[in-house]
Amino acid sequence: MSKLKYLAMFVGLVIAAGQTAPVQAGTPGDTLVMAKNIDDIITLDPAEVFEFTGGEVIANIYDRVMMFEAEDLTTLVGGAAESYTISDDGKTITLKLRPNQKFHSGNMMTAADMAFSLQRVIKLNKTPSFIFTQFGWNADNVDSLVTAPDDSTVVVKLNSDLSPALALNALSAGVGAVIDMKLVMSHEIDGDLGYEWLKNHSAGSGPYSLKTYKANEVVILDYNPDYRKGAPAMKRVILRHIPEASAQRLLIEKGDVDMARDLTPDLIKGLEGNKDVIISDDPKAALIYMAANQAHPILGNPKVNEALRYIVDYEGMVNSFLAGQFKTHQAFWPSGLWASYDKTPFTLDLDKARALLAEGGYPGGGFKIRIDTLTKSPYPEIAQAVQQALSKIGVESEITLAEGKTLWPMYRARKHELILAQWSPDYVDPHSNADAFAHNPDNALEAKLTGKVAWRTSFFSPEINGMTEAAASEADLNKREKIYMKLQKRMQEIGPFTIMFQKSEQTALRSNVTGYVSGANFDLVFYRTIKK
Amino acid sequence: MVEGNFTTVSGTSEGSSPHPLAAKLSFLKMFAAPANILFTIVVTFVGLTAITFIIGRVMPADPVLAIVGDRASTEVYEAMYFKLGLDKPLLQQYWIYLTNVVQGDFGKSIMTSRPVLDDIITYFPATLELATVATFIGIFLGIPMGVIAAVRQGRMTDHIVRVIGLFGYSVPIFWLGLVSLLIFYAKLDWVPGPGRIEVYYDGIVDPVTGFILIDSAMQGEWEIFDNALSHLILPSAMLATYALAYIARMTRSFMLDQLSQEYVITARVKGLSEFTVIWRHAFRNVLIQLITIIGLTYASLLEGSVLTETIFAWPGIGQYITKSLFNADMNAVIGGTVVVGIGFVGINMLSDVLYRMVDPRARR
Repeated sequence: MSKLKYLAMFVGLVIAAGQTAPVQAGTPGDTLVMAKNIDDIITLDPAEVFEFTGGEVIANIYDRVMMFEAEDLTTLVGGAAESYTISDDGKTITLKLRPNQKFHSGNMMTAADMAFSLQRVIKLNKTPSFIFTQFGWNADNVDSLVTAPDDSTVVVKLNSDLSPALALNALSAGVGAVIDMKLVMSHEIDGDLGYEWLKNHSAGSGPYSLKTYKANEVVILDYNPDYRKGAPAMKRVILRHIPEASAQRLLIEKGDVDMARDLTPDLIKGLEGNKDVIISDDPKAALIYMAANQAHPILGNPKVNEALRYIVDYEGMVNSFLAGQFKTHQAFWPSGLWASYDKTPFTLDLDKARALLAEGGYPGGGFKIRIDTLTKSPYPEIAQAVQQALSKIGVESEITLAEGKTLWPMYRARKHELILAQWSPDYVDPHSNADAFAHNPDNALEAKLTGKVAWRTSFFSPEINGMTEAAASEADLNKREKIYMKLQKRMQEIGPFTIMFQKSEQTALRSNVTGYVSGANFDLVFYRTIKK
Repeated sequence: MVEGNFTTVSGTSEGSSPHPLAAKLSFLKMFAAPANILFTIVVTFVGLTAITFIIGRVMPADPVLAIVGDRASTEVYEAMYFKLGLDKPLLQQYWIYLTNVVQGDFGKSIMTSRPVLDDIITYFPATLELATVATFIGIFLGIPMGVIAAVRQGRMTDHIVRVIGLFGYSVPIFWLGLVSLLIFYAKLDWVPGPGRIEVYYDGIVDPVTGFILIDSAMQGEWEIFDNALSHLILPSAMLATYALAYIARMTRSFMLDQLSQEYVITARVKGLSEFTVIWRHAFRNVLIQLITIIGLTYASLLEGSVLTETIFAWPGIGQYITKSLFNADMNAVIGGTVVVGIGFVGINMLSDVLYRMVDPRARR
């Protein structure tokens, strides 16, 4: 037998397999297929979803009480609610439902469904429930504070000093999704309000319904022909779990998927010149920031804290390894959203940093700190850039990389020194981030306000607390906006955070795909507007 | 005729009645083998669960945060902490886990919100299918390559096989997988892209065995069978490069050893054909060692296919365990590890059975 025949056998086997079935080219005209890493989905219950992909999926399945629509991402409008009125004291919001709305099951949507959905969030008490507990709701009072006096009216009472404007914005979060009470309760087990069932099923009235969810494999959505804003053009949307970015690129180039959602900058660059693929750049609300633990004997020094803001090469990074993926942003509320503060007063200035260290009592640095961050790109690269700059001002640093599940417990336990992390708003209102970055009403360890990064970094300022609370309770939008501007400026001056970058998401689309709308927040990605 | 280097074993002479003690021993032996197997499984199971459980509990990753997210309030966090029973002593937690597992309850996965057993039933066959095909490719190509390389030691064929062996060992599967996708999928269009099956076929075949090839064939869905096979061949071929390299190298080494034995020289002197000398005599002896090698290779592919699964978006147990580990999803990690461990034991036992079939000495 010839020497090469064995090799030919191997190649032949591959070829033979290739001939077993015709390789399908392209995707059907009425089906949208996207390649995406979907392994972050752990639930599809709106009362619990807190992950990016899950949030995006349920945003396309459920109508929320209030919504930001694809046609105008900046204006809050009624979703399942057609209109609302606010009482003079700002404590009661009366919502009127749109008439003749149907769930995917065929059940008519009534006020009872909406009230049940809001009450259920509180009763289940999952992580995003804090969005509603700040209304002063709890399991004991929510039934009396959220009521449905008739089939088309829901009355929502605020039991705290929260601005009704903020409350309306919060009703546009994922927890504001209106679910089909009859359907969900028919699957209730041991009083769980349908929780176990809804993790893997859907009970909405939005443009799509969940057909299939297979963890780490696929999400398949079917269109709702009766959707209130018209039947979506794509009758089916398929999210294929393709964890490897390079494989996503091959798929989009071949036309086997219509969208590739997780391409890295180098892969995006490699698609330049391919006329079959277009790149959509969409600013996102995710921020990368560095937090200095104020309980640390050196990092708690205000001058040291300030110095840290001048050791970051913002523009250098944005123009190199972060190109296309991030832009410089230095305030806690992302740009492009109402009440954002876009001033960027800090640049890389090592001389100034040295001077500030000297003022703080550390001339020439001379101390050592630990930088904790995530293992995934670009965090290690940013940490290395910070490390280099620190070494130039005489500060030795050690980088520790960890997965989120290891990093966050340490952060929540206040055991970090410098930590490089990310943050995305939970809903589209500046209070979402102000509450996290600025508000810390009780700095005691026992207070365990672990959801607030201000508490995690032991940052406590009565002045800042007062401003945050004033902004949250202010009903006048103009006044409220001014407070947030002042608050963000003040946080830049005295806060423990060096906010660095705001994410910009790059998505590769086949050139025949139009109408893709991706808003700033993770749950503002619309499938219903897409056409091919 | 030369019968390799097997030693002939004489049994009890015909006509003589067995000793009563021997009869008792023989009776006990009947039960010894199954008892031994059972003992091995129990020890493996307890050992694996204990070690994985303890590692899972002492590692810094927080399983509560994996469920509630890093922004959860302390109240929500603590509610989940108690629900998971993490407030109990470690030994008690382990005992509760063990008693649940014995009743078939591996707990629920955080990532998938499903019972771990259901996940394993979904993901393990995918890996088994991949590893089995890869092992077969490794056997059917690796053994002939190794034998021929040994027979032609020092010649061009030998060099080529050794280079292929080196290639299979040293080239990272991650790189090889991507390059193979680029060539065979993107450029040549011979095979479909990543995934176990075209997504449009999803839900058509009922998952009876979990093996798409078998299920689709059983249900007469030949179009789906073709599609699944075309999806399978590239990842399994990539995974097979390691198996092929290992089996070829070891076969070559074993064969070289056998070919230098006196019985081979005797066989040749007796004028037997080269084919008979190599395949009937020398290779038969190599086969015994190869069974162990193939068993180990198969087991290593079962546990080590995670990179191939990632590149080819193959929903297998490797990816499942790895992702679970990153998410501190310890029920899933332990469940997956136990299944892979039991698979490992099973393969070793199968090797033992085959070993006994091939080698008469082992039957004593």
